[in-house]
Amino acid sequence: MSTETSTVLAAQGLVMKFGGITATNNVTLNLHKGARHALIGPNGAGKTTLINLLTGVLQPTSGKIVLEGQDITDLAPHQRVRRGMVRTFQINQLFDTLTPLETLAMVVSQHRGLGGKWWQSLGARSNVVERCEQLLEQFHLTSVMGQETRVMAYGKRRLLEIAIALACEPRVLLLDEPVAGVPAGEREELLQTVAALPADVSILLIEHDMDLVFSFAKRMTVLVNGTVLTEGDPEQIANDPQVKAVYLGHEAPQAGTGGQHG
Amino acid sequence: MNASKMTAGAMLQAGRWRWWEVVLWAVALASPWALSSHSLIINEIAILALFALSLDLILGYSGIVSLGHAAFFGMGAYSAALFSKLVMPDPLVGLAVGIAFATVLGAVCSVTILRGTDLTRLMVTLGVGLILMELANKLDWLTGGADGLQGVVMGPLLGRFEFDLQGQTAAWYSLTVLLLLFILAKRFVNSPFGSTLKAIRDNRLRAMAIGIPVSQRLAVVYTVAAGAAGAAGALLAQTTGFASLDLFEFHRSADVMLVLVIGGTGWLYGGVAGALVFKVMQDTISAITPQYWTFWIGLFLVVLVLVGRERLVRPWTWFGRKASKTEGGQA
Repeated sequence: MSTETSTVLAAQGLVMKFGGITATNNVTLNLHKGARHALIGPNGAGKTTLINLLTGVLQPTSGKIVLEGQDITDLAPHQRVRRGMVRTFQINQLFDTLTPLETLAMVVSQHRGLGGKWWQSLGARSNVVERCEQLLEQFHLTSVMGQETRVMAYGKRRLLEIAIALACEPRVLLLDEPVAGVPAGEREELLQTVAALPADVSILLIEHDMDLVFSFAKRMTVLVNGTVLTEGDPEQIANDPQVKAVYLGHEAPQAGTGGQHG
Repeated sequence: MNASKMTAGAMLQAGRWRWWEVVLWAVALASPWALSSHSLIINEIAILALFALSLDLILGYSGIVSLGHAAFFGMGAYSAALFSKLVMPDPLVGLAVGIAFATVLGAVCSVTILRGTDLTRLMVTLGVGLILMELANKLDWLTGGADGLQGVVMGPLLGRFEFDLQGQTAAWYSLTVLLLLFILAKRFVNSPFGSTLKAIRDNRLRAMAIGIPVSQRLAVVYTVAAGAAGAAGALLAQTTGFASLDLFEFHRSADVMLVLVIGGTGWLYGGVAGALVFKVMQDTISAITPQYWTFWIGLFLVVLVLVGRERLVRPWTWFGRKASKTEGGQA
């Protein structure tokens, strides 16, 4: 197949068992270069487990993960990051006492192999500083670059969350519910920023917000009970009777009965 | 663009020296001459400041709590003292030996602090301190055991400056070593390496997620801090000509933590300020009431924590409306 050559990330037959429970059951997922791929599914479908498998927090019971032609299944999380597998978090994971500028300078330095340097100042390299300025501009953070992260508005913190990931120069970016909890007034800025992410970065979006999913994704995978229910373009997914059944709660009754309150 | 006057590049140069810092160090280095009768306590303050500085590297900048930092202090002291007694009396070589031994010990112990929670780390560091004290006690053929290591004679500094009874040479020696290590520490914490340590302290999960090798970084900073603590210990042994089990005692680890609480963590001058306040208070109060000085230092700590350091050093903010916050200390 001609698309094989442009595959950036391939997860092949991933299985994850916790004791007797199979959280991920034979999941196969391919991301092409520049993909805008959404992963959806009800609570408990195994989305978080899948992210943890891809980023290396968990080791799969079986199956393998290939990033740009290299098997990364046995690599530690930080080694995968160095090869371009980067994620954001559903709940902000920021550095509270650092400013956005310091945060980004730290990440950019670390990523350019300067993280072990102890004798020069964080701002000593002009190319690092320039990259930080670009990122601050791109993520609308220039006006707050000198504030401690903990005092920033939630929307700005959410932007920084993604900016940190992009500073790692990802090949594959896993966005975990990027707009979760963002108030309406700050939402538009965030949506625009997500839409304007670099085209050559392959993105896997995990999201409950269907407006964002359908406006963003070119391709979608539906995960239910740890298994891929179906994959297709947004139109196919929207018209798929199985998917409708899942989201209306007819399928998988044991997961659907108590879980729809919150 | 916005109104912020500083550019990104300028804001990242946090390690620049400011004029008041230069003045401060000039005053410090002049003090053994200006206050020559207080040289002994100046020496002690410089040593305690260095010890606190080393703890701040792991506690304030990296978020590693430790109640056993005296292990490295004692290691530096004993190895420097033994070296001068058994091999040669040159102080600078002895200092290097003290640093080297403490650094090796730190590298070995660093594996114990990589896993677990703060509480397990407290216990492990405490345990290491106790083990070393007991070793120094049992190996009495080498260390003198409970009697301490006596008969440590120091040669002249740089072959020229004899250690005098008044302690002037000692004070200059300790202050100079403190200043040199302070300069190194300042570079260290304001570097990319230092910023990754702060990142680990603030959010270990995310630090891992952006590819920082967390365990390796913590092991390095723990080892470096151990070496600096060893330097402080070596200075004490060399300038007092004595090393005893007391160097390993729990209270020494606790005192240095108090010093940082007084001066503030995550700020290189915290150790210096804390050491100054702690020693001067100890000296003044114990001159008035030799037995009960710990009561007063305890009271001071309670007040400090309840009122807050920021407000305690700014009495003009006690009354009236909340004054505008001045910039915090960034060393």
